[in-house]
Amino acid sequence: MKSLQAQHHVLADPRHQLEVLDELTSGHIPSFHDKLKQTGQWPLLADRVEILQINVGKMCNQTCKHCHVDAGPDRREIMSLETMQSCVDVVKKFRIPTVDITGGAPEMNPHFRWLVETLSPMGVHLMVRCNLTIILANKKYHDLPEFYRKHRMEVIASLPFYTSDRTDRQRGTGIFAQSIEALKMLNEVGYGHPDTGLQLHLVYNPAGAFLPPPQEQLRQEYQQVLWEQYGIRFNQLYVITNMPISRYLDYLLQTGNFERYMEQLVQAFNPLAVKGLMCRNTISVDWQGYLYDCDFNQMLGIPVIPEASRHISRFDIQTLEHRQIAVRPHCYGCTAGAGSSCGGQIV
Amino acid sequence: MSQTSHYYNAQDLARFGQIGEFQPTLAEKFFAYYGEVFQDGALTAKEKALIALAVAHAVQCPYCIDAYTTESYSKGWSEAQMMEAVHVAAAIRGGASLVHGVQMMNRVKDIAM
Ligand code: SF4
Ligand code: SF4
Repeated sequence: MKSLQAQHHVLADPRHQLEVLDELTSGHIPSFHDKLKQTGQWPLLADRVEILQINVGKMCNQTCKHCHVDAGPDRREIMSLETMQSCVDVVKKFRIPTVDITGGAPEMNPHFRWLVETLSPMGVHLMVRCNLTIILANKKYHDLPEFYRKHRMEVIASLPFYTSDRTDRQRGTGIFAQSIEALKMLNEVGYGHPDTGLQLHLVYNPAGAFLPPPQEQLRQEYQQVLWEQYGIRFNQLYVITNMPISRYLDYLLQTGNFERYMEQLVQAFNPLAVKGLMCRNTISVDWQGYLYDCDFNQMLGIPVIPEASRHISRFDIQTLEHRQIAVRPHCYGCTAGAGSSCGGQIV
Repeated sequence: MSQTSHYYNAQDLARFGQIGEFQPTLAEKFFAYYGEVFQDGALTAKEKALIALAVAHAVQCPYCIDAYTTESYSKGWSEAQMMEAVHVAAAIRGGASLVHGVQMMNRVKDIAM
C-alpha cells in the first residue's frame, strides 16, 4: 500500500480533508464549537504545557490503513537536527517535564538517538510511540529495546488487537507475529515487569468503523491472551478512537461509513471528556518546527491560534499556556464515549 | 414530514430515543431499565452484547441486528463467534417449532382411529 501522497490522492491535501469534514457540520451535524457552547465549555482553553509532543517525521516502515499521519516508506519528511535542537532548547528553557516522541516510526529519523541522548540527562520524562515492527525491520534497530531501557523511556506500542486477523487487516500481513516478537524483546530487557519500573503500554484502536470498547475490560482480555498464549507482559492498555483524518477518512469514505461514523461520534459526545482533552496540556511540533494543539490538528494543518507563537523558534510559554484551542469536527473523536487521547480513555 | 414508504429505514435506528415524544414517562422508564440491563453485572456487558445479537436474530429486528452487530464486533467478538450466536438463535427457533410437533403428534393420535 502506498501513502495517499504517493497515490496523488485528493485527501493527501489537508485542506480537502477539512472541506469534507466541514461540509458535514454545515448540514445536520452540529459543529464542535456549538456542541461545546451547549455544554458551557466554550471557548476551549489550554491550561498548561506539560508535554511537548515532537513528531520527528512521516517516514514509517508500515502503511497502516487507519494512519492519520499518512505515513509510510515513501514519505521523506523528517525533522532536521537543527529543528530538534530548537525543541531541546525549549524543553530546557521552559522546563517542560515530558517529551513524547512520535512519527511515522520516530526511530527512522537518523537523529532520533541524538534527541533521546540529549534530553535524557536533563531528567526529562521520555515517551516513544513505537510501532513494534521497526525493532525487527533492520539489524540496526535490533538494539532499540536496550536503547529505550538505557534512557528509561516509556514505550507506547501499537497493537490494535490481541489476534492476528484484526491486527493484520489494519496494519498489513504478518504484522501481528512481528509485533509479538518485538514485545518479547522488550520484555526480555525488563519492560512490562513490575519490579523494573520500565513502562510498556499497548495501544488498541478499532479495526474498522466503530468505537472502542471500555478500556479496563479490554485490558484484562489483552493481558490474559498475551500472557497465556505468548508469555507477554505489559503495563497499561490505551484504547484510542480512530480520527476521521487522512487514510482513515479515506477508508470511511471508500466504504460508505463516513456519515454514520461521524453521527456515532456526535451521539457519543461526552461533555465530561472535555476537561481531560490532551490539547489542554500538550503542544505538538511538526518536522519543520511548526506548533499545533495536537498531532491531529498538525496533520490537518490547523496551527495554534496565537500567530506569534506558531514556530518552535518563537515558543512563548505564556501565550501558549493560556491559548484558545482550535477545534474542528474531527475533535468529536476525542470526546466520544469515555473520551480518547494519546494516553487512552479520558473518563 | 417524511414521505417515505419503507417500513424500515436505517436512519430510524438513531431516532430510537425519540419514541419519548409520544409518551415520555414510559420511554424514560424503558431507557433507564434498558441502560441498566446492558451494564456489567453477573454477566459482562460484552457477553450481553452477544446475547442481544442472537435475540435480535430470533426476533428478526433489523435495527437491533444493526446495533448489536456493531456492538458485538466492537466489544471484540469475532465473526465466527457472532455467527455461532446466530446459529444458537436459529437452533432454538427451529427446535421451538419442532418440539411443538409432539403436540401435533399427540393430537393426531387423539383423533386418528
Ligand atoms: S499508524 Fe503508525 S505504524 Fe502505521 S503507518 Fe502510521 S505511523 Fe506508521
Ligand atoms: S483533535 Fe482532540 S486533542 Fe486535538 S484539538 Fe481537537 S479535541 Fe483537542
